[in-house]
Amino acid sequence: MITKEPVITVKNMVKKFGSFVANDNLSFEVYKGEIFGFLGANGAGKTTAIRILCGLSSPTSGQMNVAGFDVYRQTEKIKQNIGYMSQKFSLYEDLTVYENIRFYGGVYGMNIADRKARTTEMLDRLELTAYKNRKIGDLPLGWKQKLAFSIAILHNPKIVFLDEPTGGVDPITRRQFWNLIYEAVEKGITVFVTTHYMDEAEYCDRVSIMADGRIVALDTPEKLKEQYNAANMDEVFLKIAR
Amino acid sequence: MVRLNWVCPEKSNSNSGSNMIEVKDIHKQYGDTVALEKISLSVDKGELFGLIGPDGAGKTSLMRILMSLLLPDGGSASMNGLDVVTDYKKVRTITGYMPGRFSLYPDLTVEENLRFFATVFGTTIQENYHLIKDIYQQIEPFKTRRAGKLSGGMKQKLALSCALIHKPEILILDEPTTGVDAVSRKEFWEMLKRLKEMGITILVSTPYMDEASMCDRIALIQEGHLMSVATPQAMIKAFSEDLWVVRTKKIYPTAKHLGQLPSLISVNSIGQVLHLVTPRGKHSVESISQFLFQNDETEVSVEPAEATIEDVFILLMNNRKSKS
Repeated sequence: MITKEPVITVKNMVKKFGSFVANDNLSFEVYKGEIFGFLGANGAGKTTAIRILCGLSSPTSGQMNVAGFDVYRQTEKIKQNIGYMSQKFSLYEDLTVYENIRFYGGVYGMNIADRKARTTEMLDRLELTAYKNRKIGDLPLGWKQKLAFSIAILHNPKIVFLDEPTGGVDPITRRQFWNLIYEAVEKGITVFVTTHYMDEAEYCDRVSIMADGRIVALDTPEKLKEQYNAANMDEVFLKIAR
Repeated sequence: MVRLNWVCPEKSNSNSGSNMIEVKDIHKQYGDTVALEKISLSVDKGELFGLIGPDGAGKTSLMRILMSLLLPDGGSASMNGLDVVTDYKKVRTITGYMPGRFSLYPDLTVEENLRFFATVFGTTIQENYHLIKDIYQQIEPFKTRRAGKLSGGMKQKLALSCALIHKPEILILDEPTTGVDAVSRKEFWEMLKRLKEMGITILVSTPYMDEASMCDRIALIQEGHLMSVATPQAMIKAFSEDLWVVRTKKIYPTAKHLGQLPSLISVNSIGQVLHLVTPRGKHSVESISQFLFQNDETEVSVEPAEATIEDVFILLMNNRKSKS
C-alpha cells in the first residue's frame, strides 16, 4: 500500500566529478510501498544518484536519508536495509542456486532459521526447488534474473534498487519478473527502478525523468501523460529528453 | 596503375537472384546446447531485416556465422552469392559488422580508429566520407579523443562509422540499441533508414519488440528456433486468436482475476493496459465484462484490439512450450 511516509528523502543533492556536475541539485521523496521509476537518457546521472542512495558513493553536498539513515554517516546501516540488483551484476556463476542464496543470506547477516525458511519459500515460489543444486551458469538468463531479484529481497529490505533489471529477457519472463515486483510491493517493500522499456514506466506509481543531471519531471504516469499531452510514457520521454 | 577495387558491387556480384543474404538449414551446437536449429531465411537486396528475440535466442551465433567468424555445424549460408565458409575472405570485404560488445581500439583516438578500419579495407576516409557524414559529424568534434573515453552513444556512432567506412553492401548489426535510452534508440533507427535508402542491405538484431515496426521484415527467434518470418504488418494480421484490451485502474489485481477466466490463453500487461488473449470466437466483450463484474471488477473496460509484435511473440512462445 502506498503511503505518504517517505522512505527516501533527497534534498539538494549535488555530486561533482571535478568540474563536471553529475547530479545538479536533486530533490525528491520516495514513499513507502511505492514503485518509483527513475528514468533518464544514458549519461543523465541516474547511476551516480543510485550509487549515492545505496551508500556506495558520497555526495558533494545536500541532505539525503535512505530507510531512516543518513547517507554521510550511516552507509553500513543503509546497506543492511536495502537490496540491490542490476542486469550486469547478479549472481556467482560457479556457485549453485542454493549456494548463492546461502552466501547472500550470510552477507545480509540473517540467522540460520530465518534463512532456511526464506530459502524454501523462495525456491518454491520460483519453481526452482528441483534445480537448487544446479550451477547458476547453467541456468537460462530469465531464471537468473528472477533469482537475482528474489535474492536481493531475501533479507526483507525496506527498499530494493533495481538498475535495468529486465534487459534482454524474453517478453514472458519480463512479465513474470514484474509480477515478482508487485508481490514484493504487497509485502511492503519499496521499489526503486530504472529501465529503458517505456512500457515498464507505465507500471510505476510515480516516475521521475532526469536530463543533464537534473530532475525535469516527476509525477504519476497518468499526470505526466496529461501534462505533456502524450498518449504514452514513450512520448512523454521523447518530449522531455530529446 | 592497377588499383585494387575492394568494393565493387558489380564485380563481386555472382548472385543471380535478389537475395543478399541466404541462410539454409544452418545448425549450430555448443556441446549439448543447440544454439541454432536448422534455420533458413533470406534477406533481399536493400532490405532492413530485423532479427528479434531475447538474449540466448541465437541471434549472435547466426550473425557470427554470416560474418565468417564462426563455423556452422550444418547447412550453408551466402552473402551476395558468396559462401560464408569457402569465400570468407571476399565475404569480409563486402560486409560491415558491428558486434554487440564495443570492439574498437580504446587506446586509439576516434579518428585513428576510423582511419585504421579504412586502411585495413584498402580505402580512405575521404573516399567514402559521404556514407558516414551524417553519423560521423556528430562525433567529429571529439576526433582526437581516445575511443575508450567516449560515452555510450558516441561509441555506438563511431562503431557504426567504422563498419561503414569500406562501403559494404551488407551491414550486420548485433543489438546496436541494447541498453540505449529511448531517444538515442529512435535516432539510431533513423540513421539505419538513411543507410537503407543508400541501398545498403541491413540485418539488425534487437531484444526490443517495439523496434519491429522499423523493419521491412522481421524474424522472431527464440531458443535457436525461427518462430516466424514476415513483415510486421503480416505477422499482426496472422494473429490467430482473439485479443482484447482491458483498461483498469489496478493492473495487477485485475490481471490476477483474469487469470481465472475460462479457456484463457494468456493475460499480459502491455504498458498501461492488459492484453487478454482467448481462443478465436470463444469470448465477447459481454462475456469478459460479466466475468470481471462477478469478480467485483467494476471500473474496467474491455474492447477488441489488434495484436502487437510482442503479443505475437508471446503467443508463439506459448505455442512452442505447449508442444514440447
